[in-house]
Amino acid sequence: MQQANTSKPSSFLARGSGARLAWIGKGFLIILALLALYILVKSFFANPQLFAQIVISGLQLGFVYALIALGYTMVYGIVRLINFAHGDVFMVGAFISFYAVARFRLHLWPAAAFPGMSSSLVVLIGSITVILLSMLVCAIMAVTIERVAYKPLRNAPRIAALITAIGVSFFLEFFGALNFVFSPRFIPYERPFEVVTWYISSGIHQVQAGTAPPSGAITFSNIAIIIMVASILMQLALQFLVRRTRIGKAMRATAFDKQAAQLMGINVDRIISITFAIGAAFAGLGGVLYAIAYPSIHSQLGILPGLKAFVAAVLGGIGSIPGAFVGALIMGQAESLTAGYISTPMRDAIAFTILILVLLVRPTGIFGEPEKEKA
Amino acid sequence: MRALKISSLFAMVAIAASACGGAATPTAAPTAAPAAEEPTAAPTAAAAEATTASEPAAATGGELKIAILAPLSGPVPTFGVSTRDGALLAIEEWNAKGGVNGMKITPVVEDSQCTPDPAVNAANKVIDQDGVKFIIGEVCSKATIPVSDIATEKKVILISPTSTNPSVTVDSKGKVKPYIFRACFIDPFQGTVGAKFALETLKVKTAFIMLDQSNDYVKGLAEYFEKAFTDGGGQVIGKETYTSKDTDFSAILAKVADTKPDVVYLPDYYNIVNLAAKQAKEKGITATFLGGDGWDSSDLDTAAAEGGYFTNHYSPEDTRAEVQNFVKSYGEKYKDDSGNAKVPDALAALAYDATNLLMEGIKAAGSDDTTKVNTTLEGITFNGISGKITFDANHDPVKSATILAVKDGKVQFNSVVNP
Repeated sequence: MQQANTSKPSSFLARGSGARLAWIGKGFLIILALLALYILVKSFFANPQLFAQIVISGLQLGFVYALIALGYTMVYGIVRLINFAHGDVFMVGAFISFYAVARFRLHLWPAAAFPGMSSSLVVLIGSITVILLSMLVCAIMAVTIERVAYKPLRNAPRIAALITAIGVSFFLEFFGALNFVFSPRFIPYERPFEVVTWYISSGIHQVQAGTAPPSGAITFSNIAIIIMVASILMQLALQFLVRRTRIGKAMRATAFDKQAAQLMGINVDRIISITFAIGAAFAGLGGVLYAIAYPSIHSQLGILPGLKAFVAAVLGGIGSIPGAFVGALIMGQAESLTAGYISTPMRDAIAFTILILVLLVRPTGIFGEPEKEKA
Repeated sequence: MRALKISSLFAMVAIAASACGGAATPTAAPTAAPAAEEPTAAPTAAAAEATTASEPAAATGGELKIAILAPLSGPVPTFGVSTRDGALLAIEEWNAKGGVNGMKITPVVEDSQCTPDPAVNAANKVIDQDGVKFIIGEVCSKATIPVSDIATEKKVILISPTSTNPSVTVDSKGKVKPYIFRACFIDPFQGTVGAKFALETLKVKTAFIMLDQSNDYVKGLAEYFEKAFTDGGGQVIGKETYTSKDTDFSAILAKVADTKPDVVYLPDYYNIVNLAAKQAKEKGITATFLGGDGWDSSDLDTAAAEGGYFTNHYSPEDTRAEVQNFVKSYGEKYKDDSGNAKVPDALAALAYDATNLLMEGIKAAGSDDTTKVNTTLEGITFNGISGKITFDANHDPVKSATILAVKDGKVQFNSVVNP
């Protein structure tokens, strides 16, 4: 790609105004941070249980965003493309699992194949099958999209690929809304396993339907734990892949300099496909878990989570994998705490304000490194 | 009432996609939306009796023409067919009884397409060419509003069975339009009924309101609920807003769990109910969920909404004799494609009511003079399928609403609440 000519700012002027802006931004940020801190501390002492409850729901949201944000950041890191269709891949993941469960009862296959298997094992293996299927379909779809829509434009100006990505995103949303695809309806999602909630009140107890937990008890559900564990595992697996394997090395080389990597014998096309596939598989996983946590799905399900995850990736420093993770957790908390202590309609406004403020101070995001000049 | 769809706002995002969110989520079409029950329901098995119905009994004093403006084509043809069928059934029954004041009733059916222009043309045609002085229709508010202006001007009585927009009966200056009535309650009225039901039938003391601030339908219901609930001695202990795009209600529900209300009023569409009520159940919240006719959909997650109640216009399962008679005669007269008796939906019931209401008005006035009929209708008390109707100063009916319960995984008729 020919991004070399776009990145060099006409140095002095840009740097000067940038520095001043950054100072104004910093001032703002400090005042706002103190204010936010004050509100948070006050609310914590006013009602610690409620506070903990809100933080837990923020974590659940944040870890889902993290799964999506990894895809954005990886693809950007490798091909410098903001893949706007990523949120819609997430939506497709949710729908694949819906059809697998509601239509084909795939989550019950171990019971059919091995009669006598214990029911919890059936649920475990069945659910994992459903999730893997969704991840696989998403990966194949993303590779196809890359081949059809992005690869021909790899040497075109960046804006062309960006517009194409938006086009692919719209295509998936509105093609999905056709009656013979996913239909434009809101569909109640059938879960492969039941969501169980526990509460903490002198020990951990399960919430029984129809009985309220004692007041002041903090509740959490199995899906919240699954989301957190899955998200952390995927993060670690990805770190391992990128840092410790040959493919990872090739990915880093491609990200650093595509032409040079190609000259060193790296099959760049293959590496790019793998990157898309991994990112999409994570999004598919996120889609399934999100649908299980919030069980109503429709063809435009992916727009907002996709956008928030993109913001999380930018916030953390796009191109940086730990950055995407941290950014996503910040977004989750910002949303949840805003909804809890200010008002729900304000939450997107606050979340995006944080983005603007952070970018004012650190234009490359929290973990981002200043863009290096490339030949 | 409401219609739910994913509106496609293509234009919006384009360049802005990098900065601002996606387009479409469920939006209400508050003005257009007529009663949205698609004919669902398993046909009642019986009904296949010989149609011994109506030989028009000898009418003496001439002819009374009634126009039916129904959207038989256009975006909501099923609404049009139900409306026409309900109105024709009422007319047939009146003719069988000998007409009104000795006059035989002749229906004039026009397709008004749920669209302003065709509706206005149809109205002009029936008034000017056919000499009609009474109109039943239109279904959609956006078509009824322009027609109502013509009707007022030409002193033609118009009763819309299902248009819920306030501007149907009240002009832009807030003045009530003479000669214009409607047979359905307007949306916010459901909030009043919901509060009354909560206080008197469920006997609860505290309520928590969840609402989408950007949706007029939801806002109206919530506002009227709050007022009626507080006036009736209840206490609203919390009120939280969300947006139509939200999927995560945990922050609000954490507050619900914290304040422990008896009922949660959530007058939104079924898609929001599916999510919010399910998350509430998972958090062990035991408060009863209440809502409005936005819950009425085959896609309502009955497991999530289990134990909840919502207000609606009418239910074919209502056990009152007049409802069952109506369901029976409707089923005898109209068959679906496979020959089974049709179950009348809310549109048919409201059209039937609107027509009967008009006939009663004419009968009580003793003539077909529209000024006289206008006066009688303003003071009428009418017992219809969808409840007892009287009119308030805005020509909006004050009437009973049906309460449906979500129980054992099914939506069931619960009771009728009078205002």
